[in-house]
Amino acid sequence: MAFDVVIVGAGPSGLSAACRLMQQANDAGQELTVCVVEKGSEVGAHILSGAVFEPRALAELFPDWEERGAPLTTPATRDEVYLLKDAEKALRLPNALVPKSMHNTGGDLTSGDSRRYVISAGNLCRWLAEQAEGLGVEIFPGFAAQEAIVEDGVVKGILIGDMGVGADGQPKDGHMPGMELRAKYTLFAEGARGHIGKRLIQEYDLAAGRDPQHYGIGLKELWDVPAEQHEPGLVLHGSGWPLDKSTHGGWFLYHAENHQVVVGLIMDLSYQNPWLSPFDEFQRMKHHPVLAKHLSGGKRVAYGARAITKGGLNCLPKMTFPGGLLIGCDAGTLNFAKIKGLHTAMKSGLVAAEAVFEAINNRDARAKGDEGGQELTAFTEKWEASWAYAELKESASFGPAIHKYGTVGGGAYNVVNQLLGGKLPNVHDTSADHAQLKPAGEFEKIDYPKPDGKLSFDKLSSVFLSNTNHEEDQPCHLRLTDAELPIRDNLPEYAEPAQRYCPAGVYEVVEDDAGQPQFQINFQNCVHCKTCDIKEPAQNITWVAPEGGGGPNYPNM
Amino acid sequence: MSILILADHQDGQLSSATAQVVAAAQQVQASTGGEIHVLVAGEGVAAVAEAAARLDGVAKVRVADHAVYAHQLAEPLGALIHKLASDYTHVLAAASTTGKNVLPRVAALKDVSQLSEIISVESADTFKRPIYAGNAIATVKSDDALKVITVRGTAFDAAAVSSQGQGSASIEAVDFVADNAQSIFIKEELAQSDRPELGAAKVVVSGGRGMGNGENFRLLDGIADKLGAAIGASRAAVDAGFVPNDMQVGQTGKIVAPDLYIAVGISGAIQHLAGMKDSKVIVAINKDEEAPIFQIADYGLVADLFQALPELEQRLG
Amino acid sequence: MKILVAVKRVIDYNVKIRVKADHSDVDLTNVKMAMNPFCEIAVEEAVRLKERGIATEVVAVTIGPKAAQEQLRTALALGADRAIHVETEAPVESLAAAKVLAKVVEAEQPGLMILGKQAIDSDNNQVGQMLAALAGLPQATFASEVIIENGKAQVTREVDGGLQTVELSLPAIVTTDLRLNEPRYAKLPDIMKAKKKPLIVTTPAELGVEITSGVTLLKVEPPAERQAGIKVSSVDELVDKLKNEAKVL
Repeated sequence: MAFDVVIVGAGPSGLSAACRLMQQANDAGQELTVCVVEKGSEVGAHILSGAVFEPRALAELFPDWEERGAPLTTPATRDEVYLLKDAEKALRLPNALVPKSMHNTGGDLTSGDSRRYVISAGNLCRWLAEQAEGLGVEIFPGFAAQEAIVEDGVVKGILIGDMGVGADGQPKDGHMPGMELRAKYTLFAEGARGHIGKRLIQEYDLAAGRDPQHYGIGLKELWDVPAEQHEPGLVLHGSGWPLDKSTHGGWFLYHAENHQVVVGLIMDLSYQNPWLSPFDEFQRMKHHPVLAKHLSGGKRVAYGARAITKGGLNCLPKMTFPGGLLIGCDAGTLNFAKIKGLHTAMKSGLVAAEAVFEAINNRDARAKGDEGGQELTAFTEKWEASWAYAELKESASFGPAIHKYGTVGGGAYNVVNQLLGGKLPNVHDTSADHAQLKPAGEFEKIDYPKPDGKLSFDKLSSVFLSNTNHEEDQPCHLRLTDAELPIRDNLPEYAEPAQRYCPAGVYEVVEDDAGQPQFQINFQNCVHCKTCDIKEPAQNITWVAPEGGGGPNYPNM
Repeated sequence: MSILILADHQDGQLSSATAQVVAAAQQVQASTGGEIHVLVAGEGVAAVAEAAARLDGVAKVRVADHAVYAHQLAEPLGALIHKLASDYTHVLAAASTTGKNVLPRVAALKDVSQLSEIISVESADTFKRPIYAGNAIATVKSDDALKVITVRGTAFDAAAVSSQGQGSASIEAVDFVADNAQSIFIKEELAQSDRPELGAAKVVVSGGRGMGNGENFRLLDGIADKLGAAIGASRAAVDAGFVPNDMQVGQTGKIVAPDLYIAVGISGAIQHLAGMKDSKVIVAINKDEEAPIFQIADYGLVADLFQALPELEQRLG
Repeated sequence: MKILVAVKRVIDYNVKIRVKADHSDVDLTNVKMAMNPFCEIAVEEAVRLKERGIATEVVAVTIGPKAAQEQLRTALALGADRAIHVETEAPVESLAAAKVLAKVVEAEQPGLMILGKQAIDSDNNQVGQMLAALAGLPQATFASEVIIENGKAQVTREVDGGLQTVELSLPAIVTTDLRLNEPRYAKLPDIMKAKKKPLIVTTPAELGVEITSGVTLLKVEPPAERQAGIKVSSVDELVDKLKNEAKVL
């Protein structure tokens, strides 16, 4: 099948691009076919974010978003930022010591489109998808893009994976062969560490001259809390305990609508200690009194995890290549200084839509029956002139400074740098996250406390709440380049860290009959966070798309 | 006014579920008074009627013995119950495939709602029933004059049976013969001595990763044979390639709720628990004392399964 | 022969349900909805009968809110020819659904109607049987095989303890069990074509049916958590307890 534009991923950037493309086509009275494929079973099923949302890009796309019923119902009302000293003590930071980019209330953030909202990114995407369909976009959830079609160095579309292939690779009853979706231009909006985006970055050497990309893993839960301890719009951030000094990250806790609180931990994947388990750090973190008081008496209703592309401008690859663009977190447009990525991802989608429409709709292209496939250099100009790019530029050193000087030192650098309007020298972090792990023997094994079943939980009952599922009888979508490596190299060297960095219990080391260790992959548990693809020290795990519709089914995440 | 129960029977035998439905009816009767009657419909069902008459609490057994009812096809059976129902406040049947097949017809013919698979009687008009595959329990109240209800037998303790010859209930014939030109019985193939279906088995024996390998699943065969049980497996055992995935009990596999569930070498991951937690009695055999399965098992045995299984098979002999 | 298939929009079977804090019902806000799995099997069977040349037209029908048209579109993508949406925002109990469907049957005069044996939300297992009674038609519930020959339907049913085969005069009502077939995946081009297939919208009132219910939902609770039982020290003790205490042996 052929379209003018194919978009991979129904997230904030992909859907924003789709809407903007159609708006332009409708305004110009031109026919335009735009197709969005989404591997989740429905739009929003795989979306996970904090989120405190800055509606700037949304307002550009739909100035009347409020009348259209966008799910922005809970304005941020109060900021609290903490440094946790240990399992009991905490220091509340006065506003002046908090980098300004992290403020969500007060000052000029109280009205209009600069107001911040506590939202569910999944629900924002569900709403964006409705708007897109209303504008004439074709959205296909449950269809996973397997790879890009590249001909003569030009991206010509994507290949949708087969459905109904057995674990043995043979077609089953009801098998549906994959198909080609061809397009003049293809936008890759897969989110952090998209599996096609990763290959495009390699094939077109898009990261040349950039710092290696940096990632975090975000774990999140949704809680129902008693009405009397619910304060809609309250926004808490913090760092420190339980992460050690060489491990960077921070937590968030937001009071959303409907007596719900979201809580999460973002841990940088540049950590060194292979005994660390982001999942267990998150679980024990919730016992700190600063967080526990918001959660106690409540009931956990959802759990999920997702990697975050957080390297910022220093790591942002070239976003163009012949026939397409990388947008949103697939490229890495998140502004870590604000702990926000939705608005910049959406903006990248809007800019992409404008560049693409211009290329398709200009008179020359129409006259020639143009097939597309150009490299959209106009995108780069527009993008670099955008407010989103300016934001990223201003905060380019934010993350690297924390990596280099630690949470407190880096934080201080950032406060000062922001006061000086970004005049301090740029800081770089040039080591890739996967290369940071040190041998397990250099650390003591961490004994995490047992979950209490009230505030903290075990991994499998958590995965249960992600509603994840994969058809059992299909090839494993977590590919090992060297099947022996986990037991041969990783087990002695790093005590096979996959067991711990995976937030869904996909990887296990079990004993076989003879008492020999075996590496087991429970791919059905996978929540599509991509952490393994990022953190595996030898880059031995490649995440590919499973059969469409598989993976988590997040409600309200 | 009284309560009518449709007897559940097969091959000339009254099923145990009928006694459980009688127990549920007795709870209704506690507030409504009246009598409990049992309807036995079939062909050559005198022995079934006698068995029904021996159930404690049953005042009268009504027997419709005619070829048209031979295989309890829904059309004539529905017409029969519809004909009798006006004498009753409640019509109950076991939530068997026969009960589920016919009672909705009766309700529709009487223009009333039907309540399916109740698990508790709160009052004469209010009942609890599982919805969403047992993941929620609804309390529902029927506002209809006639309550038509199927009963999940395992949720009630069976009414007692008087010993041979002491049945207190009267037995009387029903002479109504329904017309049926619409459906014909062709054949019935009852499952042979083969293992029952996982979803329908009264007893399930499941193995987990603790079984070590696929070969060892044979240790479960003897026990399953003696108990007439189906054999299941945990997702971990399926993932490890011990057994094919159609044996998987749990989240993405089958939900089972047998009378007896024996989990062997299963740690009790939540996906598995979700698939079997509605079982009436759960037994766990595991060498790991800390295994989560023990938190929900009625009877736990901490033991090496390679010793315990042969011993169990022998003791069941 | 025309086949009518009923489909219901329900919470997706992968989604863990959550009871509302006030115990009034199950929380369905923003959860993924899908076609009831048994209805998918019904659609598949109808489409296969058409592919075998036995049926000439497959008509899908649903009762429910506007959003239920998604499930009709799915049925159309899977091979149904046209769809009927009986739109209502009111909760529809089995009897009311059966009354609406009986009106549709009266209007459409199908040779066969296939429904799922039950919906995975209310787990009632009633509508097919009620419809058969109201329409005065024979029924075969829990079908694992359907053969249409010589103007009759021969249906194998999954009954307790085995299989039962019955022969029904047509028109008839069949409800599907899990093993009847393995539903296909909708193809992407078919999903696009489905958007252009005819879908008519009507209401219960237009069909002359009032949506009422004889059942009041008083409360919905999560199931009681299972408590740990006892540890036994030997196989002997275990067998003894199972025999004499639990009475399951």
